[in-house]
Amino acid sequence: MNILEIKNLNLSFNGKRILSDLNLKFEEGKISAVVGPNGAGKSTLAYVIMGLNGYRDYTGEILYKGVSLKDYGVAERAKLGITLGWQEPARFEGLKIKQFMMACAKIKSEEKIIEALNIVGIDYYEYIDRAIDKSLSGGERKKFELASIVAMQPELVILDEPDSGIDVASLRNIFGAIKYLHKNGSTLILITHSLEVLKIAEYAYLMCNGILLDEGKVDKIRKYFEGKCLPCPHKNIPVFSEIEKA
Amino acid sequence: MDINQIYEAANIMDIIHDPTAPRLVINKDKVVNSNTVEGLEVYPKEIENGVSVELIVRKGKIIPKPVHLCFGITDEQAVQYIIINVNVEDNAEVSLLAHCVFPIAKDVLHKMDAEIFVGKNAKYSYFEKHIHSETGGVKVIPKTKVKLDENSRFKTEFELIKGRVGSIDLDIEASCGDKSVVEMTTRISGIDDDKISIRETGYLEGLNSRGALTSRIAVRNNSQAQVYNKLVATGSFSRGHVDCKEVVKDNATASAVPVVEVKNPTAHVTHEASIGSVDLKQLETLMSRGLSEEEATELIIQGLLS
Repeated sequence: MNILEIKNLNLSFNGKRILSDLNLKFEEGKISAVVGPNGAGKSTLAYVIMGLNGYRDYTGEILYKGVSLKDYGVAERAKLGITLGWQEPARFEGLKIKQFMMACAKIKSEEKIIEALNIVGIDYYEYIDRAIDKSLSGGERKKFELASIVAMQPELVILDEPDSGIDVASLRNIFGAIKYLHKNGSTLILITHSLEVLKIAEYAYLMCNGILLDEGKVDKIRKYFEGKCLPCPHKNIPVFSEIEKA
Repeated sequence: MDINQIYEAANIMDIIHDPTAPRLVINKDKVVNSNTVEGLEVYPKEIENGVSVELIVRKGKIIPKPVHLCFGITDEQAVQYIIINVNVEDNAEVSLLAHCVFPIAKDVLHKMDAEIFVGKNAKYSYFEKHIHSETGGVKVIPKTKVKLDENSRFKTEFELIKGRVGSIDLDIEASCGDKSVVEMTTRISGIDDDKISIRETGYLEGLNSRGALTSRIAVRNNSQAQVYNKLVATGSFSRGHVDCKEVVKDNATASAVPVVEVKNPTAHVTHEASIGSVDLKQLETLMSRGLSEEEATELIIQGLLS
């Protein structure tokens, strides 16, 4: 069963087409990846699915469990079970980690928060008096954001570049959290241009310049990452003849 | 309303009965409770509509527990005028925690004039927490002048922790001697037709003196805020920073005037000011976890003011 279906999705900003006729299906309980070079429209797709401000004036359909999300705002979509992890998580001046986690958690108990933080490799007591602000590194904020998603227990998680700004040692925690969410029934969409992230997906879509170029098993899509996605005169669109030759 | 309700509102009931806790409690124009400890001298004097207080921390004395000041008004209508003169002598240290409690105020004026001297190598911290009624019937006008001697520290924080602002007109000025440090922080949230006026000024006159002025203001509905923060650096190698952040919602208005004046080429003073609605990314992050816009806004403002 598809938890999310995107049909003929188009989005333009100031007359420029950003997403063109996208058709994607995300199967419930699976980890899917959306890959492609910078400027492919991957993050834009994530924002459109989440319904962020400025990303709702699209044509086409986004169906969540068969229901159109067109009239749903961010909070309503979250209440349906959809959430988003940003590539660059927000900073909240003065907002204590406990307050942030409690606000995001489905079950608002300290025990559950500690559990969620442990999953991303964070010792709650070490950070208890800290705020989600500029005193945390980008990698730390990324972990707290992922922990807040774990605590929320969502049905559909979109993670925009989940490994960006994460050191090698912490990658294990990030991947562990993704696997934990998957094991606990969440469907995941990983927006990435990292081969390591792609490898944990079960199905992948390749985007370039707002267009869906290909889809299929990860082994097929990963070829684009192995030196075969060549620069081209068409604004990042891979030269298909070169790929086919390879 | 009796004085016990003031103690409860300020959460200082334990303090009132602690023989080791230095304190001074004033209800309107009467001293109702006080206690001193070694090294701390407090001389209150009842005056018309208020109390005048002289507070001295003797040379080299470090007061281990915070000195609790409580300025309460148990009436709906009243005028309270407080005059405070503080002298923290050389090498002394003291921290004051002041609660200004007007829980049923409908028409209350609380006016304070303070003069503070912090001696050589001395430290003085003053945390002022306000508890107001929900009617907005409070007018607060505190005016403070601080003089810091060599290598001394002055830190002050002003915070409204409960109730409506009503009208606050805060004016504080500090001049810094050599190697002295001044820190002023204000956190206030206004609603309805509240009026907030903050004027903080630091004169970095001494060699290597330091100053930081921080304001965090949130205004909603039809409330108004004006923040005027000024650092003047004349001391050699003095350093300072002015930081003002105001969040505005609904029909509220806010203005921020960070002024930096540098009159010494070796000094360095920076400033930042931002006024605007709640940050969209913060808002959408919380909303994407299921909070409503109102809940998310409230949490962001809580953080900003914490």
